[in-house]
Amino acid sequence: MTPIQITYPNMMVILPEVVLSCWVFFMMMADLFIPKEKKEINAVLGLIGLAVTAVSVFMVLSYGDISSFNDSMRSDRFALFFKLLFIITAALAILISAKYIAIEGVNWGEYYSILLFSVVGMMVLVSATDLVTVYLGMEFMALSIYVLTGFIRHDVRSNEAALKYFLLGAFSSGLILYGMVLLYGVTGSTNVYKIANFLAANDNYSNPLMIASVILLISGFAFKIAAVPFHMWAPDAYEGAPTSITAFMSVGPKAASFAALLRVFLVALPVMKPHWVAIFWGVSAISMVVGNVVAVAQTNIKRMLAYSGIGHAGYILMGVIAGTRMGVASVLLYMLVYIFMSIGAFSVIILLRKTGVKGDEIKDFSGFARRYPSLGLCMLIFLISLIGLPPTAGFIGKLYLFAAAVEAEYYYLAVIGVLMSVVSLFYYMQVAKTMYIDEEIEGQELVPSRALTFVVYFCAAATLLIGMFPDGFISAAMAAVLPI
Amino acid sequence: MVTLEHYLVLSAILFGIGAIGVLVRRNAIIIFMSIELMLNAVNLSLVAFSRQLNSMDGQVFVFFIMTVAAAEAAIGLAIMVSLFRNKETLNVDEINLMKW
Repeated sequence: MTPIQITYPNMMVILPEVVLSCWVFFMMMADLFIPKEKKEINAVLGLIGLAVTAVSVFMVLSYGDISSFNDSMRSDRFALFFKLLFIITAALAILISAKYIAIEGVNWGEYYSILLFSVVGMMVLVSATDLVTVYLGMEFMALSIYVLTGFIRHDVRSNEAALKYFLLGAFSSGLILYGMVLLYGVTGSTNVYKIANFLAANDNYSNPLMIASVILLISGFAFKIAAVPFHMWAPDAYEGAPTSITAFMSVGPKAASFAALLRVFLVALPVMKPHWVAIFWGVSAISMVVGNVVAVAQTNIKRMLAYSGIGHAGYILMGVIAGTRMGVASVLLYMLVYIFMSIGAFSVIILLRKTGVKGDEIKDFSGFARRYPSLGLCMLIFLISLIGLPPTAGFIGKLYLFAAAVEAEYYYLAVIGVLMSVVSLFYYMQVAKTMYIDEEIEGQELVPSRALTFVVYFCAAATLLIGMFPDGFISAAMAAVLPI
Repeated sequence: MVTLEHYLVLSAILFGIGAIGVLVRRNAIIIFMSIELMLNAVNLSLVAFSRQLNSMDGQVFVFFIMTVAAAEAAIGLAIMVSLFRNKETLNVDEINLMKW
């Protein structure tokens, strides 16, 4: 056996992860000294930690593309783009959490630490260029999210959501692992670049082990991004989880899984492209259809957004299928856009949560916009953006995804996507109709939280800003695509 | 002579038993045990491949999987305990508050 070469690693590659991990350890210690009624201090500490991490991301950016740890971690623009997305997502999630977890009666300090640990996991995942680090990052992220999903310990729905998410998540990890092992067995390496080189040099195109490996990897990743037919966990987990965590996991883990998916399939397995494109084509089409059609029948708004999220996973897969620079850039852009519209919509739901009132049924929104015109308008902006109509960010995001699919000549897929956007018009506008036309109801007083209303207005402003002046964001996404 | 194929076939059978266990068993703990069986099937193949390919990567990978599986067991059992406190069952057919 060849001895393992150990060289001194370039720590700059994982600087943001190190900074954030150290900060979270500090937060866990500090939490012990914070009295029970002042746990909001943890939220402030978390925001400071995220700000410091953001600074470190920009520091690393000036080093260009660097990789270290035996080529198992890589810090390039692609990874740093996603790391910034996660920092924004986590900051928004912390802002909408502070009041909400107090109302739910789970105002404990570890909430923020676990949330930030999952961000560390996502950062590892987007930097990973080795199957081992991909697996580690994915589990680090997922394990933290399982805990957060079940965070309302006294609520049986939260427990149930966590159990379902946990069992199916662990099962999907098993599938991904078996796919990785077969890949390792055929190519003799776990490094994505070595795998790509081996496959390019040897003809393994129709090797049955390779095909099995691709199928297993796709099924595992489809679980993580909640695409049909592996989507069953998503509505239950979204509904039962604390709403602030639903907002977080509708964006963060999805973006991180898409990043890992792009790295594994576009960097390591370009040779197998005809195989995986065929499967992803079906997954994408059926996700768009099932997600959007089933969303029509929902009465719980968190569940409806879960199904619409399944549909959105289908749209985003179009960019992966196209596999061009344009396709990858459109995935990055859509992930950026999706943060603001999804977290924005969920924070409006949190506004309606009071002690004793759940506020997550669509009928709870009756007359909401007539009572609170400006907040109602924000919700309308999020809904329009989720449908994908101008002048919002959702339109720009979808436009680029469809354009990438058409450019790569996947016309049918683009047609299905447009048709399903029309279906989505129906159920999103149902909410808008409830807000604007239905009678006002009792008990719609809002949670008095400035942080929460700030997030709603901020997300609405960002959604409009990206929709009207998309140039800077598009060029940022184009600059961050993988070298393919 | 035990060859690589033997290990791979055994590993595939174990993985299959685990996957079927996840799909047909109804007790959450047994489902979780089946998932662990799948992970161990993966470990078996990794070690077999590592020996065959003369590379250490596979064995290093096994250590990571075992570590993560231990953390996963801790979290999974904690979730089951908190569910059991509220509901007094771990039968997944009865864990159905939320349904489409």
